[in-house]
Amino acid sequence: MILEPRFTGDVADLPTHKFGPSSLTWWGIIGFMVIEGAFFALAFAAYFFLMGHEQGWPPEGRQPPNLIWGTLFLIVILLSEIPNTMIKKAARERDVPTIRTLMPVIIGIGAVLLIIRGFEFNNLNCRWTDDAYSSIIWTLLFLHTTHILTDWGDTVVLWALMMTDVGWEGRRLVDTDENCLYWRYVWLLWIPVYLMIYWVPRL
Amino acid sequence: MNELERVKAEDERLARERKKIARDGPKLNGAKLEARLERTWRRPAGIVGWLATVDHKEIGRRYIVTALLFLALGGVLALAMRVQLAQPDAALISPGRYNELFTMHGSTMMFLFAVPVMEGVAVFIIPLMLGTRSTAFPRLNAFSYYMYLFGGLMLWVAFLLNIGPDIGWFAYTPLSGPQFSAGKRADIWAQMITFTEVSALAAAVVLVCTILKTRAPGMTLARMPLFAWAMLVVAVMIIFSMPAVALCSSMLISDRLIGTNFYNAAEHGDALLWQHLFWFFGHPEVYIIFLPATGFVSVITETFCRRPVFAYPVVVLALISTGILAFGLWVHHMFATGLPRVGYSFYTSASMTVAIPTALQIFCWLATMWDGRPRFPVPMLYVVGFIITFVIGGLTGVIIASVPLDLQLHDTYFIVAHFHYVLIGGAVFPLLGILTYWFPKITGRMMSETLGKIGFWTMFLGFQLAFFPMHFAGLLGMPRRVYTYPAGLGLELPNMLSSIGAFVVAAAVVLFVVNGLYSLYRGAIAPPNPWGASSLEWATSSPPPPYNFEHIPVVETRTPLWDAHGELPVVTGLRVDEKEILLTTVVAAAPDLREPVPAASLWPLIAAIAVGVLFVSSIFSPWAVVFGAIPAAIATAAWFWPKELKRHPEPVIS
Amino acid sequence: MSVQHYQSIFGNASIEARQFNTLFVIFLAVCAVMYAAVIAFMLVALARRRRGGRANVMEDGRHHESDPALRTGLIGWSAVVATGLVALAIASFVADRSMASTAARERLSLTVTANQGWWDVQYIASDNSKMIRTANEIHLPVGVPVRIYLKSNDVIHSFWVPSLAGKQDLIPGRENDITIVPRKVGLYRGQCAEFCGTQHAKMALVVQVEPYSDFIKWWERQLQPAAAPATPLAKAGYDFVTSRNCGACHAIAGTPASGTVGPDLTHFASRRTIAAGSMPMGEGNLYGWIADPQSIKPGTKMPTIGLEPNELHSVVAYLETLK
Repeated sequence: MILEPRFTGDVADLPTHKFGPSSLTWWGIIGFMVIEGAFFALAFAAYFFLMGHEQGWPPEGRQPPNLIWGTLFLIVILLSEIPNTMIKKAARERDVPTIRTLMPVIIGIGAVLLIIRGFEFNNLNCRWTDDAYSSIIWTLLFLHTTHILTDWGDTVVLWALMMTDVGWEGRRLVDTDENCLYWRYVWLLWIPVYLMIYWVPRL
Repeated sequence: MNELERVKAEDERLARERKKIARDGPKLNGAKLEARLERTWRRPAGIVGWLATVDHKEIGRRYIVTALLFLALGGVLALAMRVQLAQPDAALISPGRYNELFTMHGSTMMFLFAVPVMEGVAVFIIPLMLGTRSTAFPRLNAFSYYMYLFGGLMLWVAFLLNIGPDIGWFAYTPLSGPQFSAGKRADIWAQMITFTEVSALAAAVVLVCTILKTRAPGMTLARMPLFAWAMLVVAVMIIFSMPAVALCSSMLISDRLIGTNFYNAAEHGDALLWQHLFWFFGHPEVYIIFLPATGFVSVITETFCRRPVFAYPVVVLALISTGILAFGLWVHHMFATGLPRVGYSFYTSASMTVAIPTALQIFCWLATMWDGRPRFPVPMLYVVGFIITFVIGGLTGVIIASVPLDLQLHDTYFIVAHFHYVLIGGAVFPLLGILTYWFPKITGRMMSETLGKIGFWTMFLGFQLAFFPMHFAGLLGMPRRVYTYPAGLGLELPNMLSSIGAFVVAAAVVLFVVNGLYSLYRGAIAPPNPWGASSLEWATSSPPPPYNFEHIPVVETRTPLWDAHGELPVVTGLRVDEKEILLTTVVAAAPDLREPVPAASLWPLIAAIAVGVLFVSSIFSPWAVVFGAIPAAIATAAWFWPKELKRHPEPVIS
Repeated sequence: MSVQHYQSIFGNASIEARQFNTLFVIFLAVCAVMYAAVIAFMLVALARRRRGGRANVMEDGRHHESDPALRTGLIGWSAVVATGLVALAIASFVADRSMASTAARERLSLTVTANQGWWDVQYIASDNSKMIRTANEIHLPVGVPVRIYLKSNDVIHSFWVPSLAGKQDLIPGRENDITIVPRKVGLYRGQCAEFCGTQHAKMALVVQVEPYSDFIKWWERQLQPAAAPATPLAKAGYDFVTSRNCGACHAIAGTPASGTVGPDLTHFASRRTIAAGSMPMGEGNLYGWIADPQSIKPGTKMPTIGLEPNELHSVVAYLETLK
């Protein structure tokens, strides 16, 4: 038999959006970040595993990737944290006009980054078919590129949404805040990837 | 300025609208409430609505039915293998075809049956058990089902078109690499992995978020049912382990398709890289299959012994420690590869240590039986069958944790016996028990007790006949994955017995299915709580309405229905004419937020088709990754994009 | 000749095998006791249900304390399980160390190189002129520690002669090794134990453990080049084998045939089996194999070339001279 209800409280006054761990999508994003982190961690493990097999790293006769493009990428992406933090703050303050102005800046920086990334691929000084070393550094760079591309795509779509009236809704501001959180993860992950592609072969 | 004033005026208008919204409570309950909730939560009728559903109960049922279909298909393959192996030097099946059979059997059972069926049961029951109306991210849930379905279809269509994989379910390199596996068979296998792993990861995120954020008020983590704990641990394990197989299978495809050298020793790659990455996933995988089954055993034992499982904290800690330890064992699959012996010692110790939490869980179940008053409907029979059978498998596992012993037994039929004992005894028996147990909740009818009992005994005895002799076949020198064996080694008798047993097991599976189908139409109508159980899924009708509960229940103990004394404490205030659930805090489950739930949507299906096309075509050309990404990106954007670009008094996800 | 090829783990034909048996029995005994304890507990627990009122049922909402004996039981159980596992782990380590130290000083070495479907065997000697090469069959002197180096030319295989030792994988790009001290004269069969392709099932080998003097005699015979064919039929076979493409894959010392893709055939007819353990050596089986290898071992690398009957007679006659 279905039990009789005993009314103990009312939740109608609870909000429908909150920033941070109260938000359901925050947990979803953390979940995806952990998945990607695990993926990268295992790719790093594969990198060191293959490195353990080689006499030299890079192997004999191969030059390590040219430093300039990767380092330029690093600088630009670190700088992008400035507008990123401003957008995040604006989201928490419901400052939609600022969000609407600054998001194109991030999107522009993202486009520049993708162009620099193209140069990086061209300057790895090896082809992915050459040997295991080449295969793993191309893979690391490729994985990070898909990371950048998907977040860049997300940001474009989100910006389009923020340009409309629904940008003023609490939940959209939470989305914006979480998108900034994810962007931080994208550049944070770049640091070890950068070190492994550009600096570990130089040690 | 103008904009800000306009927004402020809109805010005020919306606040006024908000006051008029209908919510459940003392003023709106009973049949009137039910009718309105039904209208809000029911998905559109017809084929479009069916494809677009985000109802976790429908998605869960689909998962279960699809997984049982794959179980049957995988089982038929096993029967074919057993016919070939019944006699020495048989020539019924060619070696090439046989290699496809065992590859398809293993891959189907592991990737298309065992993990998805657990996910499906969890997706169906967890929101009900936790006292909420929906999972988190229901569209992602739908997407994960479609990805699973498409991956399974791709694999089986390939098999039927004679381009199915033949490299074994674990596809060791370099046999599976470009040099030794011509054609697309190995790529099909690797891409099936991509489909099922994307599906499982999506389902894992859904489950973690559901279990952490949508529990009923008052259901602290310490009051959460043990099955929910098991699924939480499993979902976290999936998140950490599946990327390993995704990575190694992608590296395999890239070696095969674009000439990378991850596994090519000639170019400083390493065949063992595959084994490390694969088993880093592969070992947790078996616990991903086993731990939900331990959850089932806890559920059944509690209900039919009429008391909660003994030492709840111990069981929870056992689940968590098994989940963690499972990640430290993988090298025990590689004892014969010649890695340093001193390193192996660590993995022997870890492999033995992992037996301890499981042994503790077993004690707790037996203690529950000891202290309670057990009764034996069919689900409890499966629990007893589980104890008898699984423990044998666990103990042979302890045997092969020893390196010197494993070096003889590895890759023989002893191992085949071991893992079937732990997988069938340890996961399938509890699964059959729990499907019988939750059948009334899923379908509204009871399964036939008589047919169930006959089915149980057939399964139990058939299983022992099929798999116990395999221990001896291994000890007599029969390796795995052989399409035949010579006469005169003493292998004839164990193989013949196993082959007969396999058919008995098949009969048991048929009996179970017949019971299910018969009961679907002729079974006794089930009341809300036919077993007198304690958890929240039994507080609603069988089957539940689309909205699960009229009001969100509140929980004060671990056994809410046993402590209810005729009335169920609830909270009120959720919207009635728009889909909404209550979010609570992670540990203490205090009410925190109201969360809108998406309407039915075709975008998960469309996105799954786009991603599916991307995956399948990338078997043939690397450019597919670039071009295929475009429709996938569009579908994902459309999924996220709201149907109407106007603000609502309370948020809706359309 | 048909000989019982022994492939059982309990063949007990080496020191390692004996150590395995002891360890296995210890494990089996401890596991059997644990199993009995679990089943006994369960049976008693289920039998107790008939006792009625003293059960701690809680479905009526009254919360009872569990039977206090269970708490003690839980602690005791954990202690017993942990102790049992520690004891087994120690037994395992001790056995492992013991097997490793037994293997410490080898006096004979050979290299086995695995190929899909067959085993290449090369005995190592300090003097290169004394090295011998054969295939799919190994002879070992009883009581002498032998180290077998393990390599692979293609995919991963696993060298496993159950009666003599546990298995070790042969992995391309790596060299593994295994040391065995055979203790019992006899004939033992082994099989590849890592799935390696279409003909994994028929990639077997035979190990003959024999007295030291017999082993030396065998070695010296293996050092000889192939006997020149005596009869006209055998000579016709020799001509066929050396003029057609047989020599592209197979080597016969003392003839132009020098391929290394397939097994060395110099002393082929002295072996116990054909095609890596697929059939016992014998004239009828030889006919069957040469005429149509694909029907006996489908997927093997040796093609079915379709010889004329007189060609078949001559080839078989020649091969039978390769003792």
